[in-house]
Amino acid sequence: MAILDVKDIRKTFGRTEVLKGISFSLDKGQVVSVIGSSGSGKTTLLRCLNFLETPDGGSIAVNGETLFDAADPATQREADIRRKRLHFGLVFQSFNLFPQYTALENVTLAGRLLAKEEPDYKARKKELFANIDGEARALLAQMGLSDRINNYPHQLSGGQQQRVAIARALALRPDILCFDEPTSALDPELTQEVLRVIRQLADRQTTMVIVTHEMAFARDVSTHVLFMDGGVVVESGPPEQVIGAPTQERTRRFLESFTRP
Amino acid sequence: MDLILQQMPTVLKALNVGFLQTLKLFVATGLGAFPLGLVIAFGSMSRFKPLSLLTRFVVWVVRGTPLMIQLLIIYYFPGMVLKNNIWGSGEAGRFLASAIAFIFNYACYFSEIYRGGIQSIPKGQQEAGMVLGMTKSQIFFKVTLLQVIKRIVPPMSNEIITLVKDTALARIIALQEIIWAGQSFLKGSHGIAGAIWPLFFTAVYYLAFTGIVTLVLGRLEKRLDYFR
Ligand SMILES: Nc1ncnc2c1ncn2[C@@H]1O[C@H](COP(=O)(O)OP(=O)(O)O)[C@@H](O)[C@H]1O
Ligand SMILES: [Mg+2]
Repeated sequence: MAILDVKDIRKTFGRTEVLKGISFSLDKGQVVSVIGSSGSGKTTLLRCLNFLETPDGGSIAVNGETLFDAADPATQREADIRRKRLHFGLVFQSFNLFPQYTALENVTLAGRLLAKEEPDYKARKKELFANIDGEARALLAQMGLSDRINNYPHQLSGGQQQRVAIARALALRPDILCFDEPTSALDPELTQEVLRVIRQLADRQTTMVIVTHEMAFARDVSTHVLFMDGGVVVESGPPEQVIGAPTQERTRRFLESFTRP
Repeated sequence: MDLILQQMPTVLKALNVGFLQTLKLFVATGLGAFPLGLVIAFGSMSRFKPLSLLTRFVVWVVRGTPLMIQLLIIYYFPGMVLKNNIWGSGEAGRFLASAIAFIFNYACYFSEIYRGGIQSIPKGQQEAGMVLGMTKSQIFFKVTLLQVIKRIVPPMSNEIITLVKDTALARIIALQEIIWAGQSFLKGSHGIAGAIWPLFFTAVYYLAFTGIVTLVLGRLEKRLDYFR
């Protein structure tokens, strides 16, 4: 069974229909890359998955459970949204770390707040916090940031900040981790260090949806590529096809803009 | 000079009493206007249009008219127009009227600073909290608040320094604050009459007060220097 099933997602802002029926599904451990020119609706798609936008049509199911169905108001209760968001993680283009917290605190904050909802939180607080702290340290180590855990975001490079942001998203163990152009704000060298950790995650069977302009990276990290244009999926399939030998004229033209300097 | 030295103990005693009233008005305004300003700020940012429009209109009126007139209206309107002097005739009534005028006036100024501070926090901060499963209030208290405080400390410091000096306006309804106390030696008080120097001397109190307040707020600003 697919871990993620997105069906016919539609989203309109004012008079412009930004998503005109997007469907795809993803198995556990798979990585889908979403490519497409700016304005094609990639960010809006990720925002819909993370419940930052409410789609006007379509449905989203995770592990067979329908989290959202535009036709079913019972799936749209405001009170349930917060918990549903936990199925997804989102890494932003602009990192969005919390500036007043250290790298470690950025990673532990949400977990500590969620721990309050555990039964017998009061009695187990110490143990819960110790676990959260241990996992956060391990994640930061995995991101190559062991010596940076007590630094504040402004003391870190962009690449380091983005790796903290990835650790922060992973800390809540989302079923699906989404990336919105995670390296677009970074210099080329810093880009590589971030792509390296995402590649590691792919090797560890992390289920991911990655919006990216790094074609070489998309080609070798993903099991699946979606090319979006004007709010629709123009072409989808394995990377060797979509990036290597596109069948659609629009896909070809988009990819050419990368090979030409 | 000898005369001044001779009058000094009597004058200082009276000025101290006046200063205590100044200080009380300052503290009351702070305690009232800090939270009320936040309420007004949320009102003016409300997505319920009638509420935000009404709030912004009130803020506009309060900020667009002199505090002195607001004091006069609040103090005299009930008694002289409605024929119901809710303030009574004593110092306690004058203090209450002054405090209400000051709290409301300053809350309106503070609300604009709060609003600017809250709106200056990038939307991404809130969204990062949301995708991490935080509640609205967790996002406000754990993510946004400290960043807002850091940004509003400098403009708030300006307002607070202004407040120290604005308390003198309560003289207009004869609140017995330090200006009133200084002025009393002109007409005659405690056996001293025709002395203008006590009035001038009140400036020393204000200077010391603003000096201390500046120092404390500077400290706070430094304390928040650890992040950007
Ligand atoms: N909140 C919004 N209100 C109005 N229009 C929006 C909003 N968000 C995105 N759009 C529009 O939707 C289109 C797709 O945007 P986006 O999803 O950011 O594309 P991409 O990430 O592929 O560049 C753009 O034309 C953009 O201007
Ligand atoms: Mg985008």
